[in-house]
Amino acid sequence: MLEEILARIRHRLIASLRKPRVDLPLICALLLLMGIGLATLYSASDLDRGTVLAQSLRFGLGFALLLLIARIPPLVLRNWTPWLYAGSVVLLVAVALLGEGRGAHRWLDLGVVRFQPSELLKLTMPMMVAWYLNGRPLPPGWITLGAVGVLILIPVGLIAEQPDLGTALLIAASGAFGVFLSGLAWWRIGALLAAFAAAIPVGWHFLHDYQRNRVLTLLDPEADPLGNGWHIIQSQIAVGSGGVWGKGWHHATQSRLDFLPEHTTDFIFSVFAEEWGLIGVLLLMALYAFIIARCLWIAANAKDTYSRLLSGAISMSLFVYVIVNGGMITGLLPVVGVPLPLVSYGGTSAVSLLAGFGVLMSIHAHRKLVMA
Amino acid sequence: MASWLKPLKDTRQEAFQFRGRALAGFLIITACLIGLGMRFAYLQIQRHDEFSLRSDSNRILTRPLAPGRGLIYDRNGVLLADNVAAFRLEVTPEQIKDMSAMLDKLREVVPLSDDDVARFNVLRRNKHSYQSIPLRLKLSEEEIARFAVNRWAFPGVDVVPYLTRSYPLGQEFAHVVGYVGRIDEGDLARIDKGEYAGTTHVGKTGIERFYEDRLHGEPGYEQVEVNADHRPMRVLDPRIAPKPGENLYLTIDAHLQEAAEAAFEGRAGAALAVDPRNGEVLAMVSVPSFDPNPFVNGIASADYAALLNDPDKPLLNRALRGAYTPGSTMKPFMALGGLELGLRKPEDTVLSVGEFHIPGQSRGYRDDKRGGHGRVDMVQAIAQSVNTYFYSLAYDMGIDRLSTFMATLGFGKPTGIDLVGESGGVLPSQEWKRGRFNQPFYPGETVIAGIGQGYWVVTPLQLVQAVSIVADQGIPHPLHLLRAVQNAVDAKPELMPPLAPRASVIKNPANWRTVQQGMIAVVTSGTAHGLNNGFPYVIAGKTGTAERFSRTDETWTSISDSPIERHQVLFEAFTPADDPRIAVIVALEAGRSGAHDAAPIARKIFDAWLPGDEAAQAHAASETSVVDANAAQPVQAGQP
Repeated sequence: MLEEILARIRHRLIASLRKPRVDLPLICALLLLMGIGLATLYSASDLDRGTVLAQSLRFGLGFALLLLIARIPPLVLRNWTPWLYAGSVVLLVAVALLGEGRGAHRWLDLGVVRFQPSELLKLTMPMMVAWYLNGRPLPPGWITLGAVGVLILIPVGLIAEQPDLGTALLIAASGAFGVFLSGLAWWRIGALLAAFAAAIPVGWHFLHDYQRNRVLTLLDPEADPLGNGWHIIQSQIAVGSGGVWGKGWHHATQSRLDFLPEHTTDFIFSVFAEEWGLIGVLLLMALYAFIIARCLWIAANAKDTYSRLLSGAISMSLFVYVIVNGGMITGLLPVVGVPLPLVSYGGTSAVSLLAGFGVLMSIHAHRKLVMA
Repeated sequence: MASWLKPLKDTRQEAFQFRGRALAGFLIITACLIGLGMRFAYLQIQRHDEFSLRSDSNRILTRPLAPGRGLIYDRNGVLLADNVAAFRLEVTPEQIKDMSAMLDKLREVVPLSDDDVARFNVLRRNKHSYQSIPLRLKLSEEEIARFAVNRWAFPGVDVVPYLTRSYPLGQEFAHVVGYVGRIDEGDLARIDKGEYAGTTHVGKTGIERFYEDRLHGEPGYEQVEVNADHRPMRVLDPRIAPKPGENLYLTIDAHLQEAAEAAFEGRAGAALAVDPRNGEVLAMVSVPSFDPNPFVNGIASADYAALLNDPDKPLLNRALRGAYTPGSTMKPFMALGGLELGLRKPEDTVLSVGEFHIPGQSRGYRDDKRGGHGRVDMVQAIAQSVNTYFYSLAYDMGIDRLSTFMATLGFGKPTGIDLVGESGGVLPSQEWKRGRFNQPFYPGETVIAGIGQGYWVVTPLQLVQAVSIVADQGIPHPLHLLRAVQNAVDAKPELMPPLAPRASVIKNPANWRTVQQGMIAVVTSGTAHGLNNGFPYVIAGKTGTAERFSRTDETWTSISDSPIERHQVLFEAFTPADDPRIAVIVALEAGRSGAHDAAPIARKIFDAWLPGDEAAQAHAASETSVVDANAAQPVQAGQP
């Protein structure tokens, strides 16, 4: 009995060494990114070891989750998908009814930990879209599109209502990428974008005042430099004063002297840009581009439509994080609470991102089965 | 191809489709990332300079460092104005949620006057909310201790050390040295805000005001890195140290000043002592005075009102602004004018019969002595203060020549001493009268102007200047109070360059001799006889007594019978008579006569002026001397 177990373990070990379940280039890139993230966080938190330790623990937890999910075959994930999706939507409803949080109802207190159910959707949304499209003829027609639209809008609507527009947009985007990658005809994409553009003035009326202010501030931040414009102005000062070569690690005066708000979370990219300059920014963006490219490569080699769409959507979501956060700190986009992946301080975001990479690893690990 | 025509899934086609889309997606992503990179490049290259500047102006605050105010000494190094360490309460409004509640609570710990709060509120309007503002100055040790115990309850309120001005000799020098006070809105108009950015006090009166530029020094600056709450985090290099103000050495001799003030025994008046050889003011006294120390940190309004409403006007600098009728103290100057203009020879005599008449007029201008003094020459006229002699001289001189000559002695305009707020007095002249009353000058007015009555108004400073000019044989030396300046603590005080004397007003030295003889006769045999007793040098002087109120009846009254409040009494003198080294004027607002009340004060000043050994001898001698006060003085004998 014992021998049998030991033999199995040995067998597993040998097998996993011969045929790694993880994609090494991707894992290395992620570790590098997390290293950069921790170094920047150490500086941005003004050399606070506690903050860095807490973030490291989350990274550890996320990484364990990554390895765990990597072991789950995509087929199992596919079978669980509708239940996971339904469960996360139920949690969202629960949050809407009894959630807590300052101003916005985003958090659910589970006694031990508090977490944002909306983070779950970052994974279950692309899963659900991929699951649904996997069973439909592709490229999708209007009917399929309509059905996917409903699947996307129910949770997005609930999240936007919290209100958490940033997360809602991210989740809507992850669903939309699934549809895009499924081969939706370009003319239909064009028509949808046109309809979306037409809906903007209507959507304006549904925005909260503070959300409208953020958009208006973007157009003219100097109109209220100490109020609404403060974030944008101070962030641009931080980025611009960094110059080409940067001020050097822990020499970011904008964050060290508290001019830059949220400098360990949403605006940590500004700190990075101030310390490392344009060179650092370009290298960091190249690292993200590499990760996205590698993820898309894994997606392209996936065994079935579900895996392809899921991994593709997750990869492209990562891009949305980077572009929205980068656009926000440089004054191109309104201030929305979108973290810089694996660099911004914050638990749920790091864990859910690493869980997403776990899904990718799982798809990567099981690609051969498809080919066979 | 419409989707309903191909309901079956084609996995190979889907995989192919996906790769195309993935590639398209990656291209879009790359394009967006390049766009973002360009945005970064725009901010970090194109606008780098602008944002660097804004980053520095964000974090670097230039903080002024107040220079130490220069000290003020007397000519021998006695400290008159000092800087002493004190503590004040400062409030940073930004850190206070409810200011009035905090102030109410603070009042229970440290007493705050309404004035303190009012001043605080004025300053608060003019400063940023992150700048700390003084609320209470000069905390006592007990107040500091009480606040320290309760400090936890007052975030944003701090006890801060600072240097405050202190005047160790207090009221004795209040009118000379003046005082500094907190900068108010009036001061802001005349000072350079940049130079005073870190300074809280500015000279308000006296030397403190006149030599503000020398005393203040140059502010330094330090650059402080501040955080977003404007809290200083660290001091950056370089730091430009402030340059302290210059130390001033006055011409005043504190010992002489003290003696002069004591001699007044509290009677209202003024005294000045001047070195006629160079115009240095050795003593400048105005009685009563006030303690300047409370003014430095804000005098309570009740105390200030008490000083303002005091009938003796302690705030008035009588030496500088007092308005006196010079009376007979003008006679030596008139005599000198008569000689210089060739109207009189020393031996010319006038018969004094008790009354002088302008030819063709019935109105009489009286002598001070019924029946007159008889026939007197110039020396006797000065010694006995014979009105008739000077009525006749003034009549012969005429108002134009009179006022022109008196102007050369400095009357009618400020002396230009280094103090602020000096009065110019009134020099009677046709021009002045036309400007003032739009009337011609009547001969009767000229006659009484000859004995220093009528329109005459002089300040003690003007009188001492005239005495000093006469003493130095007609050479005017501008009066001044600043003797030397010291640029740094270890530097030697540098004497001020001597002020160039103006041309002598005396053309013939023999004329001076006559006037000098007359003034010597005043103290030997004349109105102030006995004053010279026991004094090692010959004193030359002249008394003056003028009515404080115009007479309402025409009755002749002997001065010695007058109530003592009735007269303004004056005494002018210099010594040694042949080589004058000190000239003095004493003015009392109320007294029996110049000889009785003012002359003894002048003698005490002379005694104090003597070097130690001479003074001891003189003191012993003067015990036996008696200053007789029955010398008669002229009264104003009639209005035209």
